[in-house]
Amino acid sequence: MSEKPRDIIKRNLFSENQVLRGILGICSSLAVTNTMKNSLVMGLGLSFVTALSSLTLSAMRNAIPHRVRMLVQTLVIAVYVIFVDLLLQAYLPDISKQLGPYVGLIITNCIIMGRAEAYAQKNPPVPSMLDGLFAGLGYTLVLMIISLIREVLGFGSIFGMNVNLIGFETWTIMIMPPAAFFIIGGLIWWLSARAAKKAALTGE
Amino acid sequence: MAPNINPLIIFLASIITSNMVLSNFLGMCSYLSVSSEYKTANGLGMAVTLVLVLTTVLNWAVYTYVILPLEIVYLQYIIFIMVIAALVQILEMGMDRYTPDLHAKLGIFLPLITVNCAILGVTLFMVIRHYNFIQSLLFALGSGLGWWLAINMLAAIREKMANVKLPPGLKGPGLSFIITGIMAMAFIGFSGIFTIQ
Repeated sequence: MSEKPRDIIKRNLFSENQVLRGILGICSSLAVTNTMKNSLVMGLGLSFVTALSSLTLSAMRNAIPHRVRMLVQTLVIAVYVIFVDLLLQAYLPDISKQLGPYVGLIITNCIIMGRAEAYAQKNPPVPSMLDGLFAGLGYTLVLMIISLIREVLGFGSIFGMNVNLIGFETWTIMIMPPAAFFIIGGLIWWLSARAAKKAALTGE
Repeated sequence: MAPNINPLIIFLASIITSNMVLSNFLGMCSYLSVSSEYKTANGLGMAVTLVLVLTTVLNWAVYTYVILPLEIVYLQYIIFIMVIAALVQILEMGMDRYTPDLHAKLGIFLPLITVNCAILGVTLFMVIRHYNFIQSLLFALGSGLGWWLAINMLAAIREKMANVKLPPGLKGPGLSFIITGIMAMAFIGFSGIFTIQ
């Protein structure tokens, strides 16, 4: 219960990263990763929603009847998603258009519901918010890694700035869907192989 | 306002070239977790197709006759989610009452489907692209069949590979992603035939 803030942060960013170790929230994490700008906006949007919905749901946790809690969770999440969507439409209309339906799909992102169920349900508001925020930032981190690989190899740029100094031929496949599957598959493979090795070293 | 695309093209494209899983990454969660057995995957695919067609048609009606006239577009996400949740609930109760056989087969999947992003995703695509009724119907049907096809293919491959010796750590989700990547690459091969957006 008395998990230190530092442990919450470390757990969510690395050892129990929601995307790579939990295999949650895959839907949107692949679709938006063809450019780094989109990934960053999407990641921050999701972190915002996860943090605030965990905070709200944790504050209400004793007031919600057990039977309707899924419904309440969905509604709370939807409210924050609408907020993010309107903000994006107002201030970043281009990115909002490129992200298209994926902003609305934050509602069905399993990470948010997962944090609400697994953590905010049993913990006080402030740690819940921290947990939600860093679960979201862990997601952002993975998005940034995938999109860095895809943007550098696919467009020869980082955040839209040209870094293709030696003029190599850009790989079209990198901006197409299969590359996203290969990269995330490779990352998961690498991480679980490392975890298995570690477990073997420390003696089962 | 509806785009001038032949509904049949939308139908075929949403099965093959704009496949929900392989090119739009929708419904990945259940696609990965329910694909270790062919039979179960087949049942889920069927249930998703059914729910997808019903919810999309209903959401199209709600969008055209309620949301647009009342100018409450900003509430659309909440309304769509409610429609989906309610419809799935009613469907489950109705199936239980009238077709117990079908319920035994598909019933366990229905609650899972409410949070399947493919369902909400198809509705949102339909709204963003301004499809008319026929286009929406065929788009939903095609997307459902495409999702069904993808999960069946993955489940079949995974069943065949169940006893293969693999490098450490690759077993499980890592392998599923790489298989899916290869499938997605194969499907790109069709992209010259017909594309939508």
